[in-house]
Amino acid sequence: MTESFSDHVLTLAARSVVRTVRQPANVVFPFVFPLLLLAVNAGGLNSATKLPGFPADTYVAFALAIPFIQGALFATMNAGTDLARDIQTGFLNRLALTPLKGVELLAGQLGGIAAMGVAQALVYLAVGLLVGVRLASGPAGAVVLLLFAILISIGFGALGAFAALRTGSGEAVQSLFPVFFVFLFLSSMSLPRNLIETTWFRTVATVNPVSYLVEAIRSLIIIGWDLEALALGFGIALAITVVALFLASRALRTRLARA
Amino acid sequence: MRLAVAHGVAWRTLHNVFTNPSLLIPSLVFPLFFFVAFAGGLSQVRNVPGFDFPLGYTAFQFVFVLLQSAAFGGVFTGFGIARDFESGFARRLLVAAPNRAGIVLGYAAAALVRWLVTAAVVTAVALLVGMQVGGSRVDLVGLYTLALLLNLAAVLWAAGVAMRLRTMQAGPVMQMPVFLILFFAPVYVPLALLQGWIHVVATANPITRVLEAGRGFLAGSPTEVGAAFAVVIGLAVGFSVWALRGLRSAEAAG
Repeated sequence: MTESFSDHVLTLAARSVVRTVRQPANVVFPFVFPLLLLAVNAGGLNSATKLPGFPADTYVAFALAIPFIQGALFATMNAGTDLARDIQTGFLNRLALTPLKGVELLAGQLGGIAAMGVAQALVYLAVGLLVGVRLASGPAGAVVLLLFAILISIGFGALGAFAALRTGSGEAVQSLFPVFFVFLFLSSMSLPRNLIETTWFRTVATVNPVSYLVEAIRSLIIIGWDLEALALGFGIALAITVVALFLASRALRTRLARA
Repeated sequence: MRLAVAHGVAWRTLHNVFTNPSLLIPSLVFPLFFFVAFAGGLSQVRNVPGFDFPLGYTAFQFVFVLLQSAAFGGVFTGFGIARDFESGFARRLLVAAPNRAGIVLGYAAAALVRWLVTAAVVTAVALLVGMQVGGSRVDLVGLYTLALLLNLAAVLWAAGVAMRLRTMQAGPVMQMPVFLILFFAPVYVPLALLQGWIHVVATANPITRVLEAGRGFLAGSPTEVGAAFAVVIGLAVGFSVWALRGLRSAEAAG
């Protein structure tokens, strides 16, 4: 019996989703933690909307972009940790003995992460709508937002896979989390760049690619169709994805050759 | 006898932390990182109408970061206790220690020393970036004593969890409640500027008293001092009972 490329990918994607869902911590944290932070920040910083030039009426609308990025960061951790576990348990070695191709393994793994990314994005969006946020870009903007969430989940997931394949260690992958968090906190996540008063912080936020990912999502929520923000956001997300996939596939080749 | 056990446990814990960069660096870097992200990225918030903290936003955030480092210093020590149980070391410790309460005391002492190092680094960085201090020496002693007692309460909380669950997977159980109670206080703006549900929650949150008192000490205009000390002493005493009962639970588990 000959199985096609899509059969292999679907099987591995389903395995990726099932193993994630079976671990409560892997489900609860990506869904709940970003929403908790949203609640804390939206409540605590709502008075920031009184600053002259603040672009939104409520802080929750301004901050709703952040959970999407945090969700992608959790995707990185899940993808990487799961793959590292496959390496540590010898599962990857056994897979190497099958006709499965490296690209199928990566696509399957990332397919599962993308599925989780969509589920997370739907939850964040639903919570946003429930608390009164209305997308300035309308229903079509929600579709674009979901596509963007898939893209960044795959991109960050591929980064996690690369780390796992290079190191073969779940702990090494986990240690990446603070690094990604630093990128997020040193971005324009809390205030628009033009309202960041500290010069060096504004400079760091301007060169930090995560700022543009946040701003692309934010533009769909509070501005409408800002083509520049979307082009920058999609362009950077695509670049991250391409580079991460290239690095992950090279690391996989090395890893399979070692096996 | 109890002090000898405490000394041994504390020395080992500190040796592990200070010789292992993966344990030491996060506890030093995270508070600094929060300080930079909040004080740097949000400094414009001082221009929000009604923001009345006299020393500026850097000093306003410093107090939160100092208290947060104290609480998380305790929680990080709790991770070490859980790791000791998972590796089997803590069970050998229970067999060997003539006075087991000394074990809890030792972990608490280690958390304290560990936090003092973090606090020194955070304070030095804050002063280097130009943080203003309005309080007298007595006020500052008040601020650091509050933080120290919070550190004690946090490590006793985390020790109680670690000794009951005895696995590293207990990490989120130790960390999440501490994270929530800290962040449901007036972190970014004074209490009076919070609106809606967060104002209600922050007003009821006992850590708000600690944060307000800490900011009052730094500004040189102490406020809510009695309530703040009552909160941290109450937490420390309550979690002492919690940790010692956790120790009994670990003993019973064998």
